[in-house]
Amino acid sequence: MAVQERASAAAAVQPPVTERITVLAWLKHNLFSTWYNSLLTILVGYLLYLVLVPVFRWAVLDATVSGDSKEACDFAGACWTLVKVRFGQYVYGLYPEDQRWRVNLALAIAAVAMVPLFLERFRHRLTYAVGLVLVYPLVGYTLFYGGWLGLPVVETPRWGGLFLTLVIAGVGITASFPLGILLALGRRSEMPVIRSLCVAFIELVRGVPLVTILFMASVMLPLFLPAGVNFDKLMRALVGVALFSAAYMAEVVRGGLQAIPKGQYEAAMALGLGYWQMTGLIVLPQALRLVIPGIVNTFIGLFKDTSLVTIIGLFDLLGMAKLIVTDPRWLGLAAESYIFAAFGFWIFCYAMSRYSQHVERRLSAGERR
Amino acid sequence: MAAAGPRPAGRSRTVFWNDPRVRALFAQAVVLLLVIAGAAYLISNTIANRERLGVASGFDFLWQVAGFDISQTLIDYDRTYSYGRAFLVGLINTFYVAVVGIVFATIIGFIMGVARLSSNWLVAKVASAYVEIMRNIPLLLQLIVWYFVVLGGLPAPRESIALGEGVYLNIRGLFLPKPVFGEGTAIFLAAVVLAVIAVLVLRRWARRRFEATGQPFPVFWTSLAILVLLPLLGYVLAGMPITFEYPKLGKFRISGGLVMLPEFMAMVAGLSIYTGAFIAEIVRAGILAIQKGQWEAAYALGLSRGQTLRLIVIPQALRVIIPPQTSQYLNLTKNSSLGVAIAYPDFFNVAGTINNQTGQAVEVIAITMAVYLSLSLGISAFMNWYNARMALVER
Repeated sequence: MAVQERASAAAAVQPPVTERITVLAWLKHNLFSTWYNSLLTILVGYLLYLVLVPVFRWAVLDATVSGDSKEACDFAGACWTLVKVRFGQYVYGLYPEDQRWRVNLALAIAAVAMVPLFLERFRHRLTYAVGLVLVYPLVGYTLFYGGWLGLPVVETPRWGGLFLTLVIAGVGITASFPLGILLALGRRSEMPVIRSLCVAFIELVRGVPLVTILFMASVMLPLFLPAGVNFDKLMRALVGVALFSAAYMAEVVRGGLQAIPKGQYEAAMALGLGYWQMTGLIVLPQALRLVIPGIVNTFIGLFKDTSLVTIIGLFDLLGMAKLIVTDPRWLGLAAESYIFAAFGFWIFCYAMSRYSQHVERRLSAGERR
Repeated sequence: MAAAGPRPAGRSRTVFWNDPRVRALFAQAVVLLLVIAGAAYLISNTIANRERLGVASGFDFLWQVAGFDISQTLIDYDRTYSYGRAFLVGLINTFYVAVVGIVFATIIGFIMGVARLSSNWLVAKVASAYVEIMRNIPLLLQLIVWYFVVLGGLPAPRESIALGEGVYLNIRGLFLPKPVFGEGTAIFLAAVVLAVIAVLVLRRWARRRFEATGQPFPVFWTSLAILVLLPLLGYVLAGMPITFEYPKLGKFRISGGLVMLPEFMAMVAGLSIYTGAFIAEIVRAGILAIQKGQWEAAYALGLSRGQTLRLIVIPQALRVIIPPQTSQYLNLTKNSSLGVAIAYPDFFNVAGTINNQTGQAVEVIAITMAVYLSLSLGISAFMNWYNARMALVER
């Protein structure tokens, strides 16, 4: 009896409802839920078909990669031969071929040295980062420029391609970050002279386009300096880019500073901390954490803005793509060259934006707890 | 007795160099001195360098003959006009491309921002692909591609693509019929002005009546009717004063008509598609910021979907959208200076030419910076005013 009852009870227990989404149900729910959604799907799908199929044919099916001159291409599709043959120039610019290992080595050191910064277990990340910022420029400069340790000198006009883009972005990021913090602190300072100087600088720089600043750095700087003193063209561009992004960084950091409640300042002062201790130990660690996504976004903007040095005659990735297009042996291949450069920029910016979204999610998860 | 103590009241106990107020004054004095000394050093160098190079100083050059042509002039200009006039032409070109770019960027951004939130999977994916691709590629690269690859690939004038009656597209640009304003245009314009005034009056009246009696009035459709019918009536009464001059297709060139230069089209396409991607994200965030309860409350009050959107959701979303939107408009205006890379004669480009001809870099840069600063301040002032109108009115 009891056994029978238990058996029937077991039979009555339904298996858990598993959500089984069939392809058709998914289609109906996501693409054809109402009549206007169906219409929209068909319209957008047709437009995509019109655009993507020819693009795919051009870029993949009919494309040429083989050969080592323009003659190998039949012009029915893309001629990626150009990119294959000139790949080294896209990456290193006019850097001498037998010296390119130096760039590789320096970038590899940078990549390895940056790994601990992303390890969340590593406790001394800040100290490490400061040390890295102080030491790495020496390593990089020695390897890139040479003239020391038996390395032949490579003048900056020969630097180019993706390598130059990374140099400008790297220097810009490391210089603009501390400068931006100082400017933001200055803007919130109680000393009227310092505050007004910082406000004037930030608003002036943010009010004008980067091109004017780069132009000023390349045309006006020689006027400002005593006769005979001359700066490297790359150096001038670096100063321009760093000052420009420092102003934007300052506004991002200021946003974080404003979000710190007054009680934090008062508690720090009550503990007897001085201004720099209070700022460094209490305020900044909290403020910067809040604005990490904004900081990364400024970095992305800076990375894209490095392409503007093309206008003052430096050959970064975009400049190199432009230069290669004008080569008489490869005329008429502008699309291939620019698409490759665009892809190069896109990879870096997209990776950074994904990282910023990841940090944002992690931070907001912390807030929820 | 106590008053004659060794420490008078109000005096601090510390030595004067430890007094924060003294320290602050000292620090500021040092910074100020450093800044003044640096500026003086740079200025003296500049003066010496300019004397050495024999460059004139002052703004007298603004009245000298410019002697160079500008490819797009919205006001009268040729090479016999002055440098000052050339600056003005460049400024107007900057305005022109910025305004057209802002309009298109806003339209693209709103459509894409809403599309990213669509329940339609395909539409949402296409919109997010657009955003993720376009905002991660430098604008300068996009402008160069638009100009040299897309528009540079258009056919020669002889093989122009005809896009309809009197509309041709070729490598020289987009050719449109040009309106010619004949006699009686004033009557037509008066009708337009009258229509606008009538709409404004109608809106005020409808609002008053709605607040007094609660009876809504179909303001939108009535306004539309007034705006279309009144000018049309004026146009017919004035004897159809506006005629069109069609561009004529020649062998090597197209004569007559209205021309949109390829530089201009590349600028508008590049600026609006790039900025549109950022605006799309702003719009998406703005709509997502409106809680579901707002929709539900509006439905519970008996509002229709359209009314909910118009009266409840959009006014609140705009509050979130407007401040970041302002900085996008500012960015677009400043980014129009990249026209120098594709030979669009904007302000910065013209300033560069003038600098090359006169060598007066300091004055030219000063004018350039002043102009861009005032443009920025002007746009932010306008958007702040608009933002204040839209802001939450609290009790």
